[in-house]
Amino acid sequence: MRSALRHTSVERWSRGVSPLHFMDARAKLVVLLVFLTAVATTSKHVPWIYGGYFVLLGAAIFMARLPVLAMLSRAAWVLPFSAIFAAMTWWAGDFAAALVLIVKSFLSILAALTLAASTPWTRLLDALLFLRVPRPLLLVIQFLARYLFVVADQVAHMRQAAYSRGGARSAQAFQAAAGAVGVLFARSWERADGIYQAMLARGFTGRFPAPSAVPFLARDAIFLCLSIAATVLVRLAL
Amino acid sequence: MKSGAPVIDIRALRYRYPDGTLALDGIDFQLDPGECVAVFGANGSGKTTFVLHLNGLLRGEGSVEVCGLRMDGALKAGALAAIRTRVGLVFQNSDEQLFMPTVLADVAFGVANMGVPPKQAALKAQQALEQVRMASAAAKAPYHLSAGEKRRVALAGVLAMQPEILVLDEPTTSLDPPGQRELVRLLRQLPQAKILVTHDVDFAAALATRAVFFERGRIAADGDVHAIIEQFHWSRGSE
Amino acid sequence: MHIPDGFLSTPVWTTLDLAAVPAVVWAARKTQADLESSDSDDRRIPLLGVMGAFVFAAQMINFPIGLGTSGHLVGGALLAIALGPATAATVMTAVLILQAFLLQDGGVMALGANILNMAMVGVLAGYLPYRVWGRGRTRQASIFLSGFLSVTLSGSLALTELLISGVPMSRKLVLISGVLFLVGGLMEGAITVAALRAMERLNPAWARPAEPVRSRSFIFVGIGVVALFGLGTVLTSRAPDALESALSIRTELQSALSWYQDAKSWSRELHKALAGLSGMAILYACLMLLSRRFGRQRSA
Repeated sequence: MRSALRHTSVERWSRGVSPLHFMDARAKLVVLLVFLTAVATTSKHVPWIYGGYFVLLGAAIFMARLPVLAMLSRAAWVLPFSAIFAAMTWWAGDFAAALVLIVKSFLSILAALTLAASTPWTRLLDALLFLRVPRPLLLVIQFLARYLFVVADQVAHMRQAAYSRGGARSAQAFQAAAGAVGVLFARSWERADGIYQAMLARGFTGRFPAPSAVPFLARDAIFLCLSIAATVLVRLAL
Repeated sequence: MKSGAPVIDIRALRYRYPDGTLALDGIDFQLDPGECVAVFGANGSGKTTFVLHLNGLLRGEGSVEVCGLRMDGALKAGALAAIRTRVGLVFQNSDEQLFMPTVLADVAFGVANMGVPPKQAALKAQQALEQVRMASAAAKAPYHLSAGEKRRVALAGVLAMQPEILVLDEPTTSLDPPGQRELVRLLRQLPQAKILVTHDVDFAAALATRAVFFERGRIAADGDVHAIIEQFHWSRGSE
Repeated sequence: MHIPDGFLSTPVWTTLDLAAVPAVVWAARKTQADLESSDSDDRRIPLLGVMGAFVFAAQMINFPIGLGTSGHLVGGALLAIALGPATAATVMTAVLILQAFLLQDGGVMALGANILNMAMVGVLAGYLPYRVWGRGRTRQASIFLSGFLSVTLSGSLALTELLISGVPMSRKLVLISGVLFLVGGLMEGAITVAALRAMERLNPAWARPAEPVRSRSFIFVGIGVVALFGLGTVLTSRAPDALESALSIRTELQSALSWYQDAKSWSRELHKALAGLSGMAILYACLMLLSRRFGRQRSA
């Protein structure tokens, strides 16, 4: 039981109020991409640069008024995976590369987490649209996110029902699980039918209405330029 | 549209499911402007199937006329869209009806489909939300709402299109008593003609003066709501 | 397997990001295509979204396989069989993007790689066996093979990408990973078969029609592709130089092209990436050609 639970805190944080929350999502997304590129292209021979990246991220997290420890522990999810490869790299004789592997993956996750935790996901989808991600794909993500919890709740209920009938450990459990997938699929299909009927009933014309344009303000431009400048400076170790 | 002419005029409506079962077997039904009718009947008697014909989601044989617009045979391109702005259908499953990411976006959906530009659509949506006393929830995701709140938002989504007829399918499902009372209070204030498909007899009696009783795809009785309840022993306390 | 950021070398993740773009656009367009008119239509979008939510939720269901362990459905093959390859690819892409941004499951820069591995190759490999052999007596076996190939191939691709990025992996680790992917594939095959059977019990119309193909060439090409792949992974791990020498014939043929000579003097990292990427490109092209040949369906 992994994803759905983790989803809750980030979703809650994303509805917070802070200077970073108010920044335009497009600006934040571009800054994230620049930051991730900078981190990805930094070599292992300049460890002090990574300190600079941590400072930048710390500033962002502070600006977003996010709980630092909770954020760090969420980002730490990747560490076991990275640790394995880091161990291999170290064993192959390259300690610097091993350390850098861990640091890079942690920094990258923390950065993506900061974006997600400071941006309502509807704004994030609009930002992706701005980056030319195909509109139908984004609409699918929109519906996915809308019904994710609803369907996850169904699974939780089914699990409860199965446990109350002692079904967890019997030999039939494999078939029961397959049956659960089948039922879930059927209900999801019917749900999609119901949604389509509801869309038609309110005059769906074949195209979803376009979202209203969000203005890009001066403060967003300033944030964008300063953040990119800071990242580039750190990257080039100036 | 002449005042006094029925807003719904259905004659000899028959509908067969794709697998051949006859769901509606000759329905005659009229609804006057501002009238409120309760629709009773056992599960599977054809109530929901009937209601889906009112905005063209299902098309059967016979004559169906809604707000003066006929729905038989080949329809002109904009005809169905026009009918769907006149008939506001609130479905039983609110989760399937509130499919947009935020409450405001959802309520604005129907309005936007009518060709209204995004800013005005949002304004109308806000007004509709105020009408159902859910204005503070505009930026919320539907997942976080209670059953009663979802029902009210679904109603707002329909009210925003300013329909002439409201059709509600089992509107008190999952509602606690305060939620039911709130819904009654709300519906009482609305001037539209209403059709309430419901098992909740008290709810029906509080709002409707007339009722029809569905039985195996036909209307078995059409008259005063209390008389029908009595005739079919349709209340919870009856033997 | 979701590859996080920080593992792939710059040439690898940039190339894969670029390569993923046309694939994603293709899948999105095919998904929207309304076969009756030339306009594209949004009407299937709620279905795709709900199917994405279904995949997520279905991945949470435990399939006990004894000894206290349990497996989970990945879903690429299931979706491909139920919805068709382009639609399934879009759904899986949506799932991956959501996972990357909202759940930090898989990197943002590595999205190109993850999408190609799981939403494109994983889905296509999860569809072709069923499409070709899904009728008659071979039906259950083809479904199993679809599930198996979907997970094993996407895992192998991920492994290859890590290797050509210069992530040091001992031969033992490569073997272990390979075995893990094989086992995961077997589980996915079994789970996909069981789940589809349960779905069909509820409504036989849910799996898309499979069409028997008499073309032997397909079978050989198919086997060839899989072999090329499996070998590719092993080669790159055991002896990066062996791959170079295998390509050296090409080098001689292209000796006139000075840029390739220059490439050899570029950093080792870039060189290795180029070699591996060209191998993957060949594989990818094969899969696309195959899907184009056999993937045409009468209904969207």
